[in-house]
Amino acid sequence: MVVEDIRKAYGDLKAVDGVSLSVAEGEFFGILGPNGAGKTTTLEIIEGLREPDSGSVRLLGESPWPRRVPLLPRVGVQLQASSFFEKLTAREQLETFASLYGVGATRAHEMLDLVGLADKADTREDKLSGGQRQRLSIACALVHDPDVVFLDEPTAALDPQARRNLWDVLRAIQARGKTIVYTTHYLDEAEILCDRVAIMDKGRILAMDRPAALVRGLDAPTHVILERGSLSAADAAALPGSGEVGEDELSLTISTRQPAELLSALANRGALEGLQVRTATLEDVFLNLTGREYRA
Amino acid sequence: MTAFKSLALAMVKGFYRDKATLFFTFVFPLMFLLIFGLLFRDSGSEKITVGAVGEGPVITALADTGVVELERYPTMAEAVAKVRDGDLPAAVGQSGNEITYRFAASDQNQAGTVRGIVVGVVDNLNLAATNQPPRYTVDESNVEDSSLEPIQFITPGIMSWGVAISAVFGAALTLVNWRKKQVLRRIRLAPVGVPTVLSSRVVVSVGVAIVQAVVFLGIGSLPVFGLRLVGTWALAIPVFLLGVLAFFAIGMLVGAFCKTEEAATGAANIVVMPMAFLSGTFFPIEQSPKWMQAVSQIFPLRHMNDGIMDFLVRGQGASALVVPCLVLAGFTVVVGAIAAKVFQWEDS
Ligand SMILES: Nc1ncnc2c1ncn2[C@@H]1O[C@H](COP(=O)(O)OP(=O)(O)OP(=O)(O)O)[C@@H](O)[C@H]1O
Ligand SMILES: [Mg+2]
Repeated sequence: MVVEDIRKAYGDLKAVDGVSLSVAEGEFFGILGPNGAGKTTTLEIIEGLREPDSGSVRLLGESPWPRRVPLLPRVGVQLQASSFFEKLTAREQLETFASLYGVGATRAHEMLDLVGLADKADTREDKLSGGQRQRLSIACALVHDPDVVFLDEPTAALDPQARRNLWDVLRAIQARGKTIVYTTHYLDEAEILCDRVAIMDKGRILAMDRPAALVRGLDAPTHVILERGSLSAADAAALPGSGEVGEDELSLTISTRQPAELLSALANRGALEGLQVRTATLEDVFLNLTGREYRA
Repeated sequence: MTAFKSLALAMVKGFYRDKATLFFTFVFPLMFLLIFGLLFRDSGSEKITVGAVGEGPVITALADTGVVELERYPTMAEAVAKVRDGDLPAAVGQSGNEITYRFAASDQNQAGTVRGIVVGVVDNLNLAATNQPPRYTVDESNVEDSSLEPIQFITPGIMSWGVAISAVFGAALTLVNWRKKQVLRRIRLAPVGVPTVLSSRVVVSVGVAIVQAVVFLGIGSLPVFGLRLVGTWALAIPVFLLGVLAFFAIGMLVGAFCKTEEAATGAANIVVMPMAFLSGTFFPIEQSPKWMQAVSQIFPLRHMNDGIMDFLVRGQGASALVVPCLVLAGFTVVVGAIAAKVFQWEDS
């Protein structure tokens, strides 16, 4: 998948403002960014649902716009807002979508099991919970076993258990050589799942790399957090390896570039109560890139 | 299962699982059929009541015509008082060879009818009295089917109307709902062509219309109503089917324009209601003013109605197919083309 300098404006608003990226076969690619960053618009242009104002897209070697029917069976899409047939049960939804791709009902029933909805098979779509709808929507995107899967915030609205189950499903798909492109607001999740991520804001890609590389490139200090009162701020600042020291009602935070030295000094003083060590995450990358807290 | 079949199945399930849709498809038109059917059950044989005074061959002959109902009065003065009060359109008295006819000018239609009958009876008796054979004779017979009863008019009218509403609503609401819920976008991402989606909806609409027709005709045929499928009724089938297609096309146009189900429902009503009133669904079109009859020629419902009645009621031959079929087919093509032009996969 190769995307070159695509742009899309809605009136004065540049929803996508010069995005270029490429995703290799078998890669798990994440697009991150706050609300309105342009993630959905970017995905929909790549999927062939929207025409870009300019720029080009090659998906599996072909241009998805205008609609290319031979390409469609190889692509699976979960739209951000779920799209279901009115008044059909979960099983009927899957069977209907399966048949659109010429896939049999057996496979549709397997998909229900896969996303853990077997016991809800006969429930009407409008009677499912938000997370269950989300899972059904993902199952509908995967039912024809596509080579490239686009998922727009698949883990939004999922409970922690369902989220982890979905991770397993997605990893299994990737293990079979399929390509996955997905958007998420969960930076921690992207760090765990993705081979590479792109961080988007205001229609542009701010950074794109492996999550670990992005974090390392940040060269951010490690934060050691202690319960407040276990050590005075002045004492903390005097410790070997200690950098900036900050205090709030609950905790004392020491930033350090030599975490090993600082930790052993703390251990010597027996001041390890409530100890937390926080290394930089994608959240810090985002903060650093945009100058804003990441608020999803 | 093929995409065509499963889409059709999805639409059929969406249809029969929706109680409101079922109501407006079957129960609502049936309510009108019941009301009109019972209301007009005897209207065809309804007779004019006329005051009668005295005895004689004319009064006897009048009673024998079977067209008027005679109400006896002892004196002419009493009968005339009734006419003056507007209770009777006319009164006839016979005293010896003298016939008195008094009528209400306020009800000239009926009074004129009665006068024609009275004069006819008197002329016949005069002729008979001369013992001459009549020079002119009238050979008369009913040109319409002999079974002509109001139900024969009412059922096709209500049926066309009921089928028209559900074809328009079915097409429009599916389109709007599927667009709003992004189902259309999702289908667009699947290797399914527009003709497949469209034809599955057409097949469902036609199927629903056929079920409606069977139900309406079946209920009309109950002994209480006494509808009879007579003569060339089978020729009404092509008119019926083309009518369904014409209204399907209108539904697609409504669905292409409207963003929400509420808007589509309103628009569909605005399109179908005037048509129903001006196309002979609720009262015979012949009773409305000339200009209205002319205006109603632009409505497909008028042609569907007329076309079906030509066979179901008037027993016409296959040549009567040409006009309604051409009009309805033309309508379908033109409206369908406009709908295709304004169609959108998603809300912009
Ligand atoms: N059809 C549209 N018409 C006008 N503006 C639009 C349309 N679709 C999206 N936008 C605008 O484009 C911008 C990007 O929207 P987009 O849906 O791509 O964001 P997103 O990154 O997916 O956000 P979210 O995290 O909330 O899903 C937003 O400011 C949005 O208001
Ligand atoms: Mg989005």
